[in-house]
Amino acid sequence: MDLTYTPEEEDFRARLRQWLGEVLPLLPAKPAATDWPGRRAYDAAWQRMLYDAGYAGLHWPRDAGGQGVTPAQHLIFLEETELAGAPYVGANFVGLLHAGPTIVAEGTPEQRARWLPPILRGDEIWCQGFSEPDAGSDLAALRTRAVRDGDTYVISGSKIWTSHAEIADWCELLVRTDPEAPKHRGISWLAMPMDAPGVTVRPLRTLAGSAEFAEVFLDEVRVPAADRVGAENDGWRVTNVTLAFERGTAFVGEVVACRRVLGALARTARDNGRWDDAVLRRRLGRLSAEFTALWRLTQWNVSASRSAGGAPGAGGSVFKLRYSHARQELYDAAAEVLGAGALDADHTWVADRLSALSYTIAAGTSQIQRNIVAERILGLPKGR
Amino acid sequence: MDFQPADEQRALRDGARELLAARFGRDRLRAAVDDPTLDRALWRELGDAGFFALRLPEAVGGVGLGLPEAVLVFEETGRALLPGPLVACQLLAGLVDGVATGEKIVGLCDAVTGPGGGAAGPVLWEHPADCDELISVQGAEASVESVGGALAGEASVAETGRGRVAMAYRSVAARVSRAPFASVDPLTPLARVTDVPCTAPLALDVPRLRREAALLTAAQQLGSAARTVDMAVAYARERAQFGAPIGSFQAIKHLCAQMLVRAETARCAVYAASITGCAREVTGAKMLADHAAVWNARDCLQVHGGMGFTWEADVHLHLKRAWLRAERWGTACDAEEVLAADLVACGGGL
Repeated sequence: MDLTYTPEEEDFRARLRQWLGEVLPLLPAKPAATDWPGRRAYDAAWQRMLYDAGYAGLHWPRDAGGQGVTPAQHLIFLEETELAGAPYVGANFVGLLHAGPTIVAEGTPEQRARWLPPILRGDEIWCQGFSEPDAGSDLAALRTRAVRDGDTYVISGSKIWTSHAEIADWCELLVRTDPEAPKHRGISWLAMPMDAPGVTVRPLRTLAGSAEFAEVFLDEVRVPAADRVGAENDGWRVTNVTLAFERGTAFVGEVVACRRVLGALARTARDNGRWDDAVLRRRLGRLSAEFTALWRLTQWNVSASRSAGGAPGAGGSVFKLRYSHARQELYDAAAEVLGAGALDADHTWVADRLSALSYTIAAGTSQIQRNIVAERILGLPKGR
Repeated sequence: MDFQPADEQRALRDGARELLAARFGRDRLRAAVDDPTLDRALWRELGDAGFFALRLPEAVGGVGLGLPEAVLVFEETGRALLPGPLVACQLLAGLVDGVATGEKIVGLCDAVTGPGGGAAGPVLWEHPADCDELISVQGAEASVESVGGALAGEASVAETGRGRVAMAYRSVAARVSRAPFASVDPLTPLARVTDVPCTAPLALDVPRLRREAALLTAAQQLGSAARTVDMAVAYARERAQFGAPIGSFQAIKHLCAQMLVRAETARCAVYAASITGCAREVTGAKMLADHAAVWNARDCLQVHGGMGFTWEADVHLHLKRAWLRAERWGTACDAEEVLAADLVACGGGL
C-alpha cells in the first residue's frame, strides 16, 4: 500500500501544473448555460488545447492516438485540472469517456481511424442513444428497430435522456437487430450521424430549468452496415465492455471540487452565524470524512484496475453508490448554510443542489447499482 | 502510487487470518462468551507469532513492520472477534517488559480532562481482572490547533490547546480502585476506574498514542464490518422463503449491497490513515469504521430475521463489540466537531 507518487509522476504533475498556469488565462469567457453553440465551441476549444499539448486521450492506448499514461498519471491529471479550475470535459463526455473507448476496444482499424482522431481533437461531438421511453433501468428491453436493407440498416424508434443531442455530430446507438432472439442477444451498436434524414431532436427541460438532454426520434434513418461496431447482435457485450468506465474515474474532479465546496460551506457558516448550530457543524464534519474517504476509494479503485489489467471493476459501483448520495447530502447541507438563500435559484449551490438530484438516477440508478453489487460482487442469486 | 496491499502484506493478513481461525474458531469464541477470562496460552502464542512486537525494531527482537501492517493484522482480530486489550498490548509492547512476548497483559485507560479539570467522562478499563498493569493516559484531548499542526506535518506535541500537558502513568493493576459493572459485550468485562492513579509517570507521546489507538480500534471495526457482510450474504443464500433463497429478493440484496459499500469505504479510509498517519484522516477513519461496524451488524441482524435476535447467533457479539469500540478513542460526536473545526481552519483541500 503506497500513496506516494514516483519522481516521473511528480514530474508529470509539475509540467501539467505549469502548462495549466500558462493556458487557462487564455481561455475565452464561459458561455451561458443556454447558449448551446457557444458551449460546444468552448468545450471544443479546450479539447483542442489539450490535444495540441499532448494531454488528449491520456489513458487511451498509444495505437489509438492516446498517450498511454499510467492510471496514477491519469488521476494526477484529473486532480490538477480540477484544482486549477480548468473546464470540465463537457460536450466531449460521451466521445472521450464512452463511445471513444468502445471504438478503441471493439472497432476495426478503419473505424478507429475515422472516429477517434476527431474525438481527441474536439472536432466531433458524440451523444448516447441508449435509453428509451420503455427501456430505462431495463436497458436491454430497448425496441428501436434496425432492419437490414442490403448494406444499410433502416432504423425506426425513439431514444430518451440523450445529453448534448442538439449539438452532437454522432450518436452511439443501441438498436434491436434480431427481435426473435432473447433480449440481450438481439442488440447491435451503431454509429449514427445526427444530421441523417429522419433524425428529429426534441429538447427536454430538466427540473433544474435547463434543457440538458433531449428525446431523439428516428424515422427510417439509414446507417451503413459498415458503421456497426462489433458483430451484429453482439451490441450488449460491446457496450458493457466500457459501460463501467462511466462509474470509474468519471467523478475524480468532482470529489476534489466537493471538498473545496465543503471548506467554503464551513467558512460561510462561520461568517453568517449558522456555525453555532451544532447539528449543522457536525454534519459538515461528517461530510469532510466522507469526501476524504471517497478520494481514497478512487485511488483504491484506480490501483485495483491496474492490477486487473486496466478494466474498471465492480468497485466503480461501490463508488457511484456512495458518491451520488454524498453529493446530495453536501448540497442539502449547503441549503442549511444558506437558509432562505437556498430559495434563490441563481445561487450556484442551489443550481448544483438541483443537478445533484440526477446523480442517483443517471448511468444506472442506485437501485440498479445495488443489484450489480449484490449479484456481481457478493454473488447473491438473480431474481426479483 | 499503488494503494492495493503488496504481496507481503496480503501474506501477513492471510497468516493472521489462518492463525486466528485455527486458535480462536467458533467453539473457542462461544466458550469465551461463557467465561471471558483471557486465555494466557493463546496470548503467549500471539506473542510468539510477533503480534505484539510487530512494530518494534528488529534490533530489540521486534518484527520491524509499520502501522499499515498492524492495521491489516488488527482487521483480522476484529473479523475473528478476538477479545482482550489487544490495542493496549500492541501500543505498549516497547514500554512495558513482558508485553511483547505475551507474558504480561496490560490495560490502557484514557482519562480525558473535561473543561472543569476532572475527567470528562467515566474512565473505562477493559478486562480489569486479566491485566497485570494499567497504563492511564490523562490530560486534554488533542485540540483543534494541534490537529491542524499535525496536518501541516509538524512534530506532534504533548502540549494541548487547553494548556495542560497530557501524561501517562503506570500502575500495578491490583492497586487501582475500580467499579466493575455488567458489560453489554459478554466477551469484554468492563470496570470504571474510580480513582485514576498518578503513580509512576511513563514517557510516551500521548497524542500519538491516542491517534494510534483510534486507528487500531478502527481496523478492528473494519474487520467486524467485513465479517458481518460475509455472514449476511451466507445466510441470505442459504435461507429460503417463498420458495427461493431470501438473497434473491431485492429487499435483502440491497441491504447486503449497502453493507459492502460501508465496509469498503471504511477500508479505504482506514488503510489510507495508516499510511499517512495524518490526524484528520485517522479521526475520519475511526468515525466511518465505527459507523460501518455498528450498522453492518444491525443490517446483518435484520437479514437473519428471528435467528438474529437469539443469543445463539454470533451477530449480537459483533454488534455489542462494535458499540463498545465506538465509545473508545473518540466518538462520532468528537470526530465530527474536530473535523468541522478543521474545515474552518484549513479549508477543504484534500
